[in-house]
Amino acid sequence: MPDDLAPASADVPGDGLIVVVKRDCPTCELTVPVLAELRRLGQVTVYTQDDPAFPEGLDAVDDTALDVSHRLGIEIVPTLIRRQGGVDVGRTYGWDRAEWERISGFQGIGADLPAFRPGCGAKNLEPGIHEALKVRFNETGLSSRLVSLGSGEDEFEAMFERGWSDGLPMVPPTQERVLRMLSGTARDPAEVLGLAPPDLIPLTIEKVAINAVMAGCKPEYLPVVIAAMEAVLDPDFAMHGVLATTMFVSPVVIVNGPIRRQIGMNWRGNALGQGNRANATIGRAVQLIIRNVGGGRPQEVDRATLGNPGKYTYCFAEDEEDSSWLPLSVERGVAPGKSAVTVFAGFGLQGVVDQKSRTAESLARSMAESIKAIHNVKLVPAADAILVVCPEHHRTFKAAGWSRQRLLEELTQLCKVPGEKLVPGYLGIAEGCAPGDRDKVFDKIRPGGLLIVRAGGGAGMFSGIIGGWSAGGASIPVTKEVGN
Amino acid sequence: MTVLLDPTSEHSPTSRERLARPPSLSGLTVGLLDISKPRGDVFLDRLHERLAERGVTVKRYMKPTVAKPAPVPLRQQIVGEVDVVIEGLAD
Repeated sequence: MPDDLAPASADVPGDGLIVVVKRDCPTCELTVPVLAELRRLGQVTVYTQDDPAFPEGLDAVDDTALDVSHRLGIEIVPTLIRRQGGVDVGRTYGWDRAEWERISGFQGIGADLPAFRPGCGAKNLEPGIHEALKVRFNETGLSSRLVSLGSGEDEFEAMFERGWSDGLPMVPPTQERVLRMLSGTARDPAEVLGLAPPDLIPLTIEKVAINAVMAGCKPEYLPVVIAAMEAVLDPDFAMHGVLATTMFVSPVVIVNGPIRRQIGMNWRGNALGQGNRANATIGRAVQLIIRNVGGGRPQEVDRATLGNPGKYTYCFAEDEEDSSWLPLSVERGVAPGKSAVTVFAGFGLQGVVDQKSRTAESLARSMAESIKAIHNVKLVPAADAILVVCPEHHRTFKAAGWSRQRLLEELTQLCKVPGEKLVPGYLGIAEGCAPGDRDKVFDKIRPGGLLIVRAGGGAGMFSGIIGGWSAGGASIPVTKEVGN
Repeated sequence: MTVLLDPTSEHSPTSRERLARPPSLSGLTVGLLDISKPRGDVFLDRLHERLAERGVTVKRYMKPTVAKPAPVPLRQQIVGEVDVVIEGLAD
């Protein structure tokens, strides 16, 4: 074990009074005369968290390393503790004269002070410091292997060399960062979410957190990453197939509910593009988990012919700010007001440009014709798809009183294709349906396979289609509620 | 010194011995597993013909979808009914 991980020692008096203070706390400053009184009256040991010279003249013990504070579990300063036989027998926080009198056993101390003043947060619990202390005291509770880098090794290059990266630089997953990430969830780091394909490895919350750190997530994003992984590992989503197929697909993550605002996601301009940390890193974490835990790498089990840029990250929030349509998650059975993620096996974006339709009927026809081009105009039933409706297009449907369900039904009808347009040779294209199916009528989209969501900036009559997989509903969209 | 937590599965796959190849197919039953890829049946039909010409007993099986692993009952059925199985893995 490296020296800087050696368990720290902190000798604490087994008997008597202990007070822990810091200079950067007005209440601690206030109690200095009381500490002097206690020192005159009996045995008190004062520990100082930030300034060894504070409080002056009281022989304060330097605890700027915070080992004693950590061992004593100090949460607020000042804290007054009575110890007896090596254990705490009384403890109080802040300045509360009655409590200080009771614990110290001395009446009338601090007579000139107000009766009560709340304390300040202890330095040992400050973000960054608390995690470092847990590491120093071997209290992380984490079970992943520790990888010690060489002293001359660049940590960013080291991660590339170990094959952990998607091709872009990552945040080094130190124990401190992973502990901070885990503070974003109430769940046990050892909890298993499911088997990550292709290697079918039990995926723990801890491994999710490590990869979320590397992806650049903040701790408050972690519940969304966890929900996305629960959805991805659902057998209905068939992640092994999504990974292994030669098709373009990878998980597209759509977020609904209050968490969108709480973590600052983007559903407005450039919602499917770059520039928003939550959108970017949640989608990236999902990909890194499949790579690092599942073992799914390009040109290995990931057999994609071309792939798509969304295989770096593909996550956005739905625009729920106009209540004329129910959120996607609510349409899919999640209670209103709850946060949820929906995952879809999709590939790159195909635009639907229509700047002239002013009726819902015309616009729906525009969209249907574009949907029919997914995979190949000659292929049916071709694919599942997500239709991302932009605000200016949504305005037209809203004015016509079309609900999301109405649009779905209209598109389903408009996406029926007669066999005569699909038979081999039509349009001079060999691809198509069986020659004998000329008189049949086909659905372009698998029933239940079209999701309609809203996102995008306020200007531009540009909606989008995210095409999906073809394998007859082999991977179907999955929605999971976001927990804590 | 920088210490990182391993983001991987920390899992090293175990290698398994392959079953010995039969010296001949004579007297054995051969299973042909169609994984439901388009035109896989064309290839397997031809194999079926060639094997039948040599007097080999052939049984045919099919996965419901190319996208997911074969269901356990199908795998157990194949194990119980054939000595050798031929499966296509790609387009």
